[in-house]
Amino acid sequence: MKKQIPLLITFVAGMVMLVQYFIPHRPFSEVYRLFNQWYLVVAVFAMILGIGNLIKIHSVRLRRRGSGWQYSIVLLCSLGVMGVAGLGWGIERGGFFDYLYWNMYYPLSSTMFALLAFFVASASYRAFRARTAEATLLLASAILVMLGRVPLGNYLWDRLPLLGDWIMSYPNMAGQRAIMIGIALGVVSTSLRIILGIERTYLAGR
Amino acid sequence: MDGVGRSLVRYWRSALPLVIVLWSVSGAASGATTPDTVTPEPPSPPSNVAAEDRSNDAGGSVVISWTKSADDGGGKESVVEYLVLRSTSLAGEFQQIGSVRSGVAQFVDQNSIDGTPYFYMVRASDGVSLSLPEVSEAASSSAQWFHTGRTNILVAGALLSFLVLLFIRKAKRGEELYIRPIAGLEAVDEAVGRATEMGKPIMYVPGIMDMDDIQTIASMIILGRVARKAAEYETALLVPTSRSLVMSAAQETVKEAYLDAGRPDAFDADRIRYLTDDQFGYAAGVDGLMLREVPGAIFYMGAFYAESLILAETGHSTGAIQIAGTAMPSQLPFFVTACDYTLIGEELFAASAYLSKEPLLLGSLKGQDWGKAISIAILVGGVILVSFGMSKIVEWLTTR
Repeated sequence: MKKQIPLLITFVAGMVMLVQYFIPHRPFSEVYRLFNQWYLVVAVFAMILGIGNLIKIHSVRLRRRGSGWQYSIVLLCSLGVMGVAGLGWGIERGGFFDYLYWNMYYPLSSTMFALLAFFVASASYRAFRARTAEATLLLASAILVMLGRVPLGNYLWDRLPLLGDWIMSYPNMAGQRAIMIGIALGVVSTSLRIILGIERTYLAGR
Repeated sequence: MDGVGRSLVRYWRSALPLVIVLWSVSGAASGATTPDTVTPEPPSPPSNVAAEDRSNDAGGSVVISWTKSADDGGGKESVVEYLVLRSTSLAGEFQQIGSVRSGVAQFVDQNSIDGTPYFYMVRASDGVSLSLPEVSEAASSSAQWFHTGRTNILVAGALLSFLVLLFIRKAKRGEELYIRPIAGLEAVDEAVGRATEMGKPIMYVPGIMDMDDIQTIASMIILGRVARKAAEYETALLVPTSRSLVMSAAQETVKEAYLDAGRPDAFDADRIRYLTDDQFGYAAGVDGLMLREVPGAIFYMGAFYAESLILAETGHSTGAIQIAGTAMPSQLPFFVTACDYTLIGEELFAASAYLSKEPLLLGSLKGQDWGKAISIAILVGGVILVSFGMSKIVEWLTTR
């Protein structure tokens, strides 16, 4: 039964969602919205598990003085302060929670995002080294596209921006669409395997 | 007094008609000379008002369309809006149900009762006066049992399902199926083995989307395979997640894999942890874990966005062998650059079947490959047909 029930639930839920896509008539038209609501309810309760897990792991680390335990103090204090600010004074604009969000959280998040610029530079340096024929082709395409996107390219040759656009619109787009078609087929195949119970890896040895 | 009073009344009665006439004439004359009281000419009415049930819906909707007034975008250009009114009988009272601005010639009534015939009246308005009314024929809404605009999807889905099931049947009969080698999946064992030799943990990053994303589901399936290998090799497995539900699913998947490998004692639920739902907070958390734990192998499997390169470059700096897999085309170049192996798009969904080598799963892969071949044939055929002016195929392939 431990194996059959999850398989049955998967099959019924999968088939209902599949059928509702093709049948606009009630009750099928309501199914998608209903299942999404159920999912949201489950996800909200799972959030409690997530926060519980976070508190447990960092409390244990703090108690055992594990490596980086000082950061656990920061995390638990931040979690507590944001939680109390949100629950106690609400999340309205101009409130304490809003102040913390825009003056603490937002700059930190932006800082992480800004790191991407440096990582792009280091990754590009490695990717564009012309070691093989493919890498040389990549390097040439990258130079043309980059030059086509900056004023210098237009200054060097007024048709360079057009060439850059052509590379993005045709060879690049063709490759992306080929990948997308493969993905769509993979999604259908995987969904079919799961709905029909052929794929049971998530049930492991059951 | 009585005599005088009667005389006054008699005089007033005789003079009253003259007073009225004089008052009327003076009023009309003053009206004719005052521009403020001129009644403006109403705009021309819309024409060809038609109402019909909205197709492929769950009912309750009627689409009303009309030809715009001659004074909308032309003529006096006086139309400001169109008022749409509804009644259940032609002679009954019409109630306004909505309005649309000038230039628009369609309105959807989303509050109709299925099966009830309605007459729709449309009037152009210039903000002061209304045009003559135009009324449609009676129309009623109804729900449909099949979405005709998705017939092509149904046919394609049925064909692909048939191919998948056909090859699964062939696999069941013991027929040998060739699947092309996928370098990224061949390297999974090598990555787990290398981490084991180095005495370092394995890190598995399942992306930042929740369990309602098919990529996360595919990621959980691959996690089961990786966890089983990790259990067999007795190597620690670390799974940081950005969603609580993914954490719960990952814990269950890894637990089952450890049970399956006969190592339930080695399972540590605390190594599958929730970090945060925030995208860059998660990236910072995973980066921190990478630098503290220094894993020997890192797997990135699932849906990733801008954090992909931040994660992969940090992983690269730790010297770990990295295998990535995603169906996000915009993130693939980053993974290709920073990782040792990358599963591109569909390979992510093929991973479980490929790693298990189970005939049933391999059969589904083969069916998928045939589906791809048919798609390519349709694409090539479509390009040729459209090049020769036969564009019906484009219409057929478009989903409404």
